Amino acid sequence: METTTLQQGGIKEFRKGPDFFRVLCWVASAATVATLAWILIEITKEAWPAIKAFGFDFITSEKWLPNREKFGVLPFIIGTATSSFIALIFALPLGLAVAIFLSEDFLPLPVRQAVRFTVEMLAAIPSVVYGLWGIFVIIPMVQQFGAWAVTAFKDTPVLNVLFAGPAYGNSLLTASLVLALMILPTITAISRNALVAVPGTLREGAYALGSTRWEAIFGVILPTAAPGIVAATILALGRAMGETMAIAMLIGNSSRLSGSLLAPAGTLAGLLANQFGEAEGLQVSSLMFAALLLVIMTLFVNMAGEAVLRYTQKQTAGIR
Amino acid sequence: MKHTTLTTYGTLVASAILATSAMAQQLSGAGASFPAPIYQRWASDFRKVNSGVQVNYQSVGSGAGVKQFTQGTVDFGASDAAMSDEEIAKVAQGVVLLPVTAGSIVVAYNLPEVKDLKLTREALAGIFLGKVTKWNDPLIAKANEGVKLPDLPISVAKRSDGSGTTFVFSKHLAAISPEFKEDIGVDKSTDAWPVGVGGKGNEGVTALVKQAPGAVGYVEYGFAAHNGLSMASLQNKSGNFVKPTPESGAATLEHVELPANLRIWPDDPSGAQDYPIATFTWLMLYKKYPDAAKLKALKEFVTYGITEGQKVAPELGYIPLPAPVVEKCKAALATVE
Repeated sequence: METTTLQQGGIKEFRKGPDFFRVLCWVASAATVATLAWILIEITKEAWPAIKAFGFDFITSEKWLPNREKFGVLPFIIGTATSSFIALIFALPLGLAVAIFLSEDFLPLPVRQAVRFTVEMLAAIPSVVYGLWGIFVIIPMVQQFGAWAVTAFKDTPVLNVLFAGPAYGNSLLTASLVLALMILPTITAISRNALVAVPGTLREGAYALGSTRWEAIFGVILPTAAPGIVAATILALGRAMGETMAIAMLIGNSSRLSGSLLAPAGTLAGLLANQFGEAEGLQVSSLMFAALLLVIMTLFVNMAGEAVLRYTQKQTAGIR
Repeated sequence: MKHTTLTTYGTLVASAILATSAMAQQLSGAGASFPAPIYQRWASDFRKVNSGVQVNYQSVGSGAGVKQFTQGTVDFGASDAAMSDEEIAKVAQGVVLLPVTAGSIVVAYNLPEVKDLKLTREALAGIFLGKVTKWNDPLIAKANEGVKLPDLPISVAKRSDGSGTTFVFSKHLAAISPEFKEDIGVDKSTDAWPVGVGGKGNEGVTALVKQAPGAVGYVEYGFAAHNGLSMASLQNKSGNFVKPTPESGAATLEHVELPANLRIWPDDPSGAQDYPIATFTWLMLYKKYPDAAKLKALKEFVTYGITEGQKVAPELGYIPLPAPVVEKCKAALATVE
């Protein structure tokens, strides 16, 4: 004990003067927090006229009419939430399956590395390229599928609402499909890391007790890696909600509410991208209000994610 | 406004770079995207005949153009919607509006088997009001005897971003349909429209129309012509169906009686061969420029644009200005000092 305190004192003695690295870290982290606060304050300030004029109605009204000075963003909030959610429905099972596949030894290592590299490369493609690709590839596919689905599900309850015609190419479904592809690398990469980090002893223990490979994966490895997988899902959801360019190109940018996946919809991010350039007066404030709501939504998702992550980490702490 | 400050910095940085690269007289302008190709062409052509002047035009949108012009961060502005009297009142030096070029807006459609579609005024308004939903609707069929119209749903393509094109197009719809005027009204945005899929920019709407059989949308003439879209003949006020061509657009402009402030939209022209949706687009100049050299350069550039510059208009998809308009522009330009 005595020697350690002496040594610490010795180091302090040796340093003399301020610890610049410490100061640097301090400034950097303070600046990050301050920037977030600054962004929020600035947006709120610009949005204030709209907040004062519309208040809570802004969230519950579905009329966005710039020439009548009436602004409400309900369709865009719903569009943001549903497009991200549907993207997650497609991307989570697929991404998780790829992650399991890449973390087990189904294939020789070089092949797995190649697949992993390819999936992670998807994250490097610019948003606008996804948009263009969606226009030329996904839209014709969705149009064909839509035309078929409208007639096939005509008399099936629930499905006839989800797939109500006319089938547009630029639709909620198109946007969600491309969004799913865009968030796939996030889910795969983070989930794979979590799966690889599961201690080898757990795996060996499971096999020693006579479980098959699939029993080991579903009974032991997946539950242990759950916190990481939850984190992956939340990060992906956050990315999906804020995605702008590809969505603005594919979703059809409509402010009408519709129950159909084949109808055009709109998102908050797309609304901002489309209308900011030519907006004036109250419309600018309303767009700022919409931006504020988008920030709050993503902050909320991240906070909820953090809470779930902590809870599951606590739950699985025993088996680590 | 944050975004205007950003573009302002952009202008400053751009002009700073240009200023160091050449000692030429700098002119900077910003505004509407619709006339941007022709302004930029004028700028590069003008530099060939007069190397002492360098014109830098930024296509930032009409609204942003008016803002930057009002703040005085550019030497001239440009707008499809000109400037309202209130906006003009905010500019202390005074404003001269010059309609220096013009264009038509066409209704483009995607029906591979229909070569020459004619749309009556009722049909056109009906389509964009969401009342006419099938291509074989009697309202459309009535004017297209002998043409086999398919039993296809009409899918309307519109602009998702605020734009001068939408402003002019909705102005025409409001002029021909009281219902459109009452329920929807004239606006730069299409959010109030009961139908339609939104595409960003002329290129977005062009893509939407090209992709889906049964689609219909409105784009600038140049875009439709370059992309080989089919364009509908529209019925004008005198009841004739007129094809969108540079000539029919010019006919419309010739019949426009320009008021003293040179600000007018022929939202429903009455001449027999007038194409119904043609519009001027404006340059905004200050009434007074303190810098004599800059004033001289600006006057030379604008004079070049309204005389020599009109020759390149048809190849870029614009309508050459009729002679009386050129004369009125020259007279207005002379008042700038």
